Amino acid sequence: MADLTAQAGPVLAADGTPLKRSLGRALRRQKLRALALIAPLLLFVVLSFVWPIIEMLSRSVNNEIVANTLPETVVALAEWDASTGELPSEEVYAAFARDLIVAIDAKQHTRLGSRLNYEKTGMASMFRRSGRTVKKWDPVEDAPFKEKFLDVHDGWGDIETWKVIQTYSPTVTRGYFLNAVDMRLTPEGAAAQPEDKRVLIKLFGRTLWMSLVITSVCIILGYPVAWIMANLPMRQANLLLILVLLPFWTSLLVRTSAWKVLLQQQGVINDILVWLGMVADDGRLVMINNQTGTIIAMTHILLPFMILPMYSVMQTIPPTYLRAAKSLGATNWTAFWRVYFPQSVPGIGAGSILVFILAIGYYITPEIVGGTKGVFISNRIAYHISSSLNWGLAAALGTILLVVVLGLYWCYDKIVGIDNVKLG
Amino acid sequence: MASELTIVSWGGAYSKSQLNAYHEPYSEKTGATILNDDSSAEAVAKLRAMNEAGNVTWDVVDVVAADAIRLCDEGLALEINPDEDLAAAPDGTPASEDFGDLLVSDCFIPQIVYSTTFGYRTDMVGDTPPTTVCAVFDTEAYPGKRALEKRPINNMEWALMCDGVAKADVYDVLSTPAGQDQALAKLGTIKDDVIWWSAGADTPQLLADGEVVMGSTYNGRLFSVIEEQKQPVAMLWDAQVFDLDGWIIPAGLSPEREARARDYIMFATDTQRLADQAKYISYGPARMSSAPLVGQHADLGIDMAPHMPTDPENAKNTLLYNYEFWADYRDDIDAKWQAWLAQ
Repeated sequence: MADLTAQAGPVLAADGTPLKRSLGRALRRQKLRALALIAPLLLFVVLSFVWPIIEMLSRSVNNEIVANTLPETVVALAEWDASTGELPSEEVYAAFARDLIVAIDAKQHTRLGSRLNYEKTGMASMFRRSGRTVKKWDPVEDAPFKEKFLDVHDGWGDIETWKVIQTYSPTVTRGYFLNAVDMRLTPEGAAAQPEDKRVLIKLFGRTLWMSLVITSVCIILGYPVAWIMANLPMRQANLLLILVLLPFWTSLLVRTSAWKVLLQQQGVINDILVWLGMVADDGRLVMINNQTGTIIAMTHILLPFMILPMYSVMQTIPPTYLRAAKSLGATNWTAFWRVYFPQSVPGIGAGSILVFILAIGYYITPEIVGGTKGVFISNRIAYHISSSLNWGLAAALGTILLVVVLGLYWCYDKIVGIDNVKLG
Repeated sequence: MASELTIVSWGGAYSKSQLNAYHEPYSEKTGATILNDDSSAEAVAKLRAMNEAGNVTWDVVDVVAADAIRLCDEGLALEINPDEDLAAAPDGTPASEDFGDLLVSDCFIPQIVYSTTFGYRTDMVGDTPPTTVCAVFDTEAYPGKRALEKRPINNMEWALMCDGVAKADVYDVLSTPAGQDQALAKLGTIKDDVIWWSAGADTPQLLADGEVVMGSTYNGRLFSVIEEQKQPVAMLWDAQVFDLDGWIIPAGLSPEREARARDYIMFATDTQRLADQAKYISYGPARMSSAPLVGQHADLGIDMAPHMPTDPENAKNTLLYNYEFWADYRDDIDAKWQAWLAQ
């Protein structure tokens, strides 16, 4: 009887628990052990890579500084209707005085001034200069404040000042993203940037276009090299491989500066061309400080990233396939194009993704050899990070760049298929 | 007091002059160890990042005055009281008077006066070497490329001055959109003849290669091209723009480290130390009392006074970097500038 019940019920393991549960537990334990093994790496990546990136990108919408520095003003200003064309009431000025006195004490007012100066020129010095006077005020005894503020700086009597503060009161703003696509946030809503300030869309376009050109040039130059390396005997192939890797052992700056020496108008290449009589002395070629310079220097720097994946894929293509195709009557070209090339496509795909994504984020090389027409969007990001300290705008530009790259990656997956990419 | 301090500066010949004039005597006197970090070019961004992370690893940082103002505004630099924190002149003049107008920010301790000025190839200008800054805009009399810095500051001022705007009115004009367009239009007349530089070493190199006929850079860089490398280059001091470089102490140091940093600053900016630095590099000391003590170059043995941007012979027509104006207008004008460059 006991045997019969056991057969009708769930299958039991040796210790009496149902086999299903026992198996599941074993599997879970295995997974946990695997997770524990990769945990240090996972934790490291999340803490030192994913988290800082999320933190940085969140700056593109973060605008807490206004509400944090001027809490009372923001509340009082919410009821003010800018469209009446009248300055805010004494109530707002009094709230502003109370906020400002606290902010000056904490040395936060100039920081807010720098922030608002991105939106309205002159706010930085308004806050800095007003700070020196306002810090002597008493929030109760010195009321009313409206006239006093107008005496301290004309800017406090400018309705635009209050519109800017009101527009940027919310703790989350789309202002940075609008700036990043050549627009701006006004009290009336989003508007286009004046024509003489529009440059970022153009730079995004240029970055994508030039990265594509550089990737294509890398394919054209890299393919034959990879092919030769894959078909030479090991010894010679290794020598070539060292030559391909050699640039990696030289500093990026040194390589870029070397291109300057070669390409400039009084440089080596022009000197040789003039000496050969191919170019007149007063008609020396302009090959640097423009797009040409950027394309040449970046192609050189990124070429190994194209050659190496191509080479490792080509190594796996058996030479017998080509011989078989030819023995079946294919011409050299047909054999290459119909048999060899399709098998090398995964290498081209891997190389192209590597080169394209590296190119899109480059900024040192374009900065040095790009002149005015060869700079990338990343040069603007670098400027806003290190010079203007407008990290919000830099984060917005970086976010857009990231999304564009992910979008292109998605397109690539749809068209070519990401399974079709091999690094070897 | 901490026994070690990290000093951030620009690297190259400039750091070497500081090593000789300040660091070595200070270490000898106090036994403190000085670590050098050549990160001044990205000091503002790094200080902000350190401050946000709550871990400031620098004790004293060498920055240009414009950056010092920005750091002070952001609350990233310590405020200084000149008369308490800095040494008085040997004759007892308090530091605030000895530095005078050069104390442009509450956080900034000036060290040197340098200038951005033009150098030209003596063998490429014929028999009529340029005498005014407007030669830069005269491509007929002086054909060839010019090197200008890839930023609006200084270039906009020179363009307006050469477009008929009086020196006193330059910033009034430049604060209006029409004035900004006027300056860009003037620069537009030579846009195709300009190589834009972003590192101070670019122009000296371009001049030495004969790639440009004239170019702007820091006067100390031109000094070394002319006097140390003996290149056929001469200085065009006209309309040189004075700027300041000096120290700040980062905010957020521990009391021991802050005490050490203040002690170092007190020592390194006294009258004799500032005069000593001029032995190694041709930048003028920021204290009035240091000027008479400027001697000869330590290696070349030439008198340094005539090579100082502040020498009366060189300072006939000068501009002072307008800190307040550029702190306000930099973002605005820079956006226009970038759009103009990309056209």
